Amino acid sequence: MRHLLSTKGMSRDEAILLLDIAEDMADVANREVKKLPTLRGKTVVNLFFEDSTRTRISFEAAAKRLSADVINFSAKGSSVSKGESLKDTAQTLAAMGADGVVIRHPASGAPHVLAESGWIDAGIINAGDGTHEHPTQALLDAFTIRRRLHRGAARGKGLDGVTVTIVGDVLHSRVARSNLWLLTTLGAHVTFIAPPTLLPMDMSGWPAEAGFDLDAAIDAGPDVVMMLRIQQERMNAAFFPNSREYSRRWGLDDERFGRLAPTTIVMHPGPMNRGLEISSAAADSAGSTVREQVANGVSVRMAALYLLLSGDREDS
Amino acid sequence: MSSDNAASTPYLIRGATLPDGTRTDLVLADGRIAEIGSGLSRAGASVVDAAGLIALPGLVDLHTHLREPGGEQSETILSGSQAAAVGGFTSVFAMANTSPVQDTAGVVDQVLALGEQAGYVTVQPIGAVTVGLAGERLAELGAMATSRARVRVFSDDGFCVSDPLLMRRALEYVKAFDGVVAQHSQEPRLTEKAQMNEGALSSELGMVGWPAVAEESIIARDVLLAEHVGSRLHVCHVSTAGSVDVIRWAKARGIQVTAEATPHHLMLTEDLVVGYDARFKVNPPLRRREDVEALRAGLADGTIDIVATDHAPHPIEAKDCEWDAAANGMVGLESALSVVHASVIDTGLLDWNDIARVLSSTPARIGRLAGQGQGLLVGGPAELTLYDPAASRVFGRGSLAGKSANSPYLEMTLPGRVQATFHRGYATVLDGALRPAAEIAAQGVRTHG
Repeated sequence: MRHLLSTKGMSRDEAILLLDIAEDMADVANREVKKLPTLRGKTVVNLFFEDSTRTRISFEAAAKRLSADVINFSAKGSSVSKGESLKDTAQTLAAMGADGVVIRHPASGAPHVLAESGWIDAGIINAGDGTHEHPTQALLDAFTIRRRLHRGAARGKGLDGVTVTIVGDVLHSRVARSNLWLLTTLGAHVTFIAPPTLLPMDMSGWPAEAGFDLDAAIDAGPDVVMMLRIQQERMNAAFFPNSREYSRRWGLDDERFGRLAPTTIVMHPGPMNRGLEISSAAADSAGSTVREQVANGVSVRMAALYLLLSGDREDS
Repeated sequence: MSSDNAASTPYLIRGATLPDGTRTDLVLADGRIAEIGSGLSRAGASVVDAAGLIALPGLVDLHTHLREPGGEQSETILSGSQAAAVGGFTSVFAMANTSPVQDTAGVVDQVLALGEQAGYVTVQPIGAVTVGLAGERLAELGAMATSRARVRVFSDDGFCVSDPLLMRRALEYVKAFDGVVAQHSQEPRLTEKAQMNEGALSSELGMVGWPAVAEESIIARDVLLAEHVGSRLHVCHVSTAGSVDVIRWAKARGIQVTAEATPHHLMLTEDLVVGYDARFKVNPPLRRREDVEALRAGLADGTIDIVATDHAPHPIEAKDCEWDAAANGMVGLESALSVVHASVIDTGLLDWNDIARVLSSTPARIGRLAGQGQGLLVGGPAELTLYDPAASRVFGRGSLAGKSANSPYLEMTLPGRVQATFHRGYATVLDGALRPAAEIAAQGVRTHG
C-alpha cells in the first residue's frame, strides 16, 4: 500500500488485510511492553491544518508504539491565510526526510494532491479531508463492529449481512462517506437517516438507503446505530431550526434507545454532544462502543502505518 | 510564403476556402479587402498559399481577461493580445475586473491605448457596472460610453449584479447610449464557498456545490427585468441546460437577450474534477454531460448567440495547490477555435458559416464594435484568419502565447490550427507563428496614426 487516501476504491482483500493486521496490533496493546521496533528510524509527520487533538494523538500513539519518530506540525488555518502554500509545506517536510505524512486538511482532496504532486515522496495517510473522507475512522469503525460480532474469531471475516444505520449530518460528514464505501465493500448494508437538509443533494450513486425517519429506522432493528456529531453552527445556516427540535426528531434519546434490541451496537466517532444527538444512557450503555472505538483507533492506525512504511514501500 | 510584413505590403491569399465552401483568392491592401475572386494577381504582394485553409472573418471575443492593469504577473495587454492573435482573433473585449477596476473613463482609455500600442488585435474595453465591482452604486457608465474607448458593454464579471434594483437601473441607464449589460449570473447566497457543480459528484467528494439554479434564477430574473424596462441584456458564460431553456423562452417572448457559451463548457464535464487538478477549476464550474449537450444544441438553434472564451490567466501558484485554495479560470484564446471545431463542427451541429457568425459577426454586433465582424467583403476591413481544419495537434505549453499556462487542454489532441491572422491588413500570425512584437507595434503606430 503506497498511500491511504480513501476507502472508496479499496478492495475487500485490502480492507480485511488491514483489519487483520490491526488485530495483531491490538494484541500488542495488551502486552506489558506495548512497543514494537518495526518503524525504528522512520519519521512520521502529523500535518494538521485543522484542530483535532483526538485524531492527532491517536496517530501519535500509533506511530510511537511502532518506534517511529513523530513530528507534530500544526498548521492551523488555511494555507492561504497562513501565507505558506501546501506545496512549500510539503517540500519542507520532504527536505526534513519525512517517511510518512498524516494529513488533516479542510479541503477535499488535499491528501490526494499531496500524494500525486511529486512535492514529497512520503507515504500519505488521509486523516480527514474536508467533508470528503476519513478512512482510518471508517477502518476503526469496521474493526470495532467486527470484533463485537466475532470476538476472538474476527480475523479474515467481513461484515456480510450486517445492517448499519448512520444518523445525523451526513452532508458534512467525511466519516459517513468513508464508512459508506468501506462497510459496503465488506458486505454490510448501510442506511443514512438525516434531516433532508443534511443529506447530500444527489446520493443516486451511493450503495445505500436514505431516509428522514429515525423512528422507523430504529424499529427496523439494525445491528449497528452510528450517531454522527452535529455541529451547533449548522443551526445558523438554516439546516435545522434549533438543537431542541433536532434532538427530538433525530437524536438517539432514552426512549428510542430503549426500543433497540440489547445486542444493538451503538457507535459515535466522538466528540459527543450528550443530550443532543445521543443521550447519556445510550452513550454509556453496554451496547456503546465509544471507548472501544478510541482504543481500536490506535490499533488500526498502527496497521496503516505498518503497511505504508515498513520495508520496501513500493510493495503492497 | 514571404515573411515580409512591411507597412504598405499588400497580401495575395491564394486558394482559400470561404466559410460557404467556395474557393477564392483574396487581396488585402491598405487595411481593406481589395479584391475577392479567382486567378487574382497583385504586383508587389506577399503571396500566401492558402490551399486547404478556411478563411474566416477575424474572430471577436466578447469575454477576455487581460489582467492589465494590476495583474501583470499573469497577463498583460500585450501578451493577451498575442494569445488572441495566435487563436485567430482580431478583437477582444477586455473585462473590467482589473486593478484599478475599469470603472472610469481614465482606466478604459488607458486599456484602449495599450491595446493600440501592442497592435495585435483591437482591444475594446468593457466598463464596470458598479464602482469597484462592489455592487453598491453605478459606475460612471456615461463617461465611459463617451470616452475615446466608446464603451458599450458593461459588466461586473466575476461578480453578479445581484441587487435587483441596481440591475434594473443599470439596464435602463445604458439605453441612453445603446449599451448592454453583460451579467455574470450567479446568485451569491446560493453559491457561498462553492467549489464545483452541485450534484452526485460533489456529494461524493464532499465539496460545496454550485447549483444550476443559482445561475438559472438570476437569468430568469434578468430577462424579466430586461423585458420590463425594454433593455438589452447579455448573459455571460451560460453553463446549464436549464439556463438554455430560460433563454429560449425569453427569446420566444421577444425579450432582447443574447447569450454566450465558453469553449470549455461546450467540451469539458465535471468528472475532470476527480483528480483535483485545479486547471479544471472555473466559474461557473464544469457541468454534466447533459448540460454540455444542451449548450451545443442551444448554439446550433440560435438560443446561444455566440462563443466567448472567458480567457482567465492565472500564475502557477494560483493553480499548483489544493482545490479549495485554487483560483477559478482557464486560459482559452489560443485553443478556442480548435475546441469549438471539435465540439460543434466535428459533431455536425454547426458549419463554418455558423462559426463566422458565433465567433465574429454576432459578438461584434452585440458589443457595437465598428471595424470588426463584417465578414469577408470587398471593401471591408482586412480582418481575417486562415485556419487549417485538417491539422491535428497535441495541444501543449508551446501552443500557448500568453503569459499563463492554466489551460485545461494541455496534452489533449485537438483538431485544426490557425495558420495566419490578419489585423488591419497586416499579418499578426504567419505560417502558424506569431510575428514579432516590435514589427506589430510599428504597424499599430502606423495604422492608428
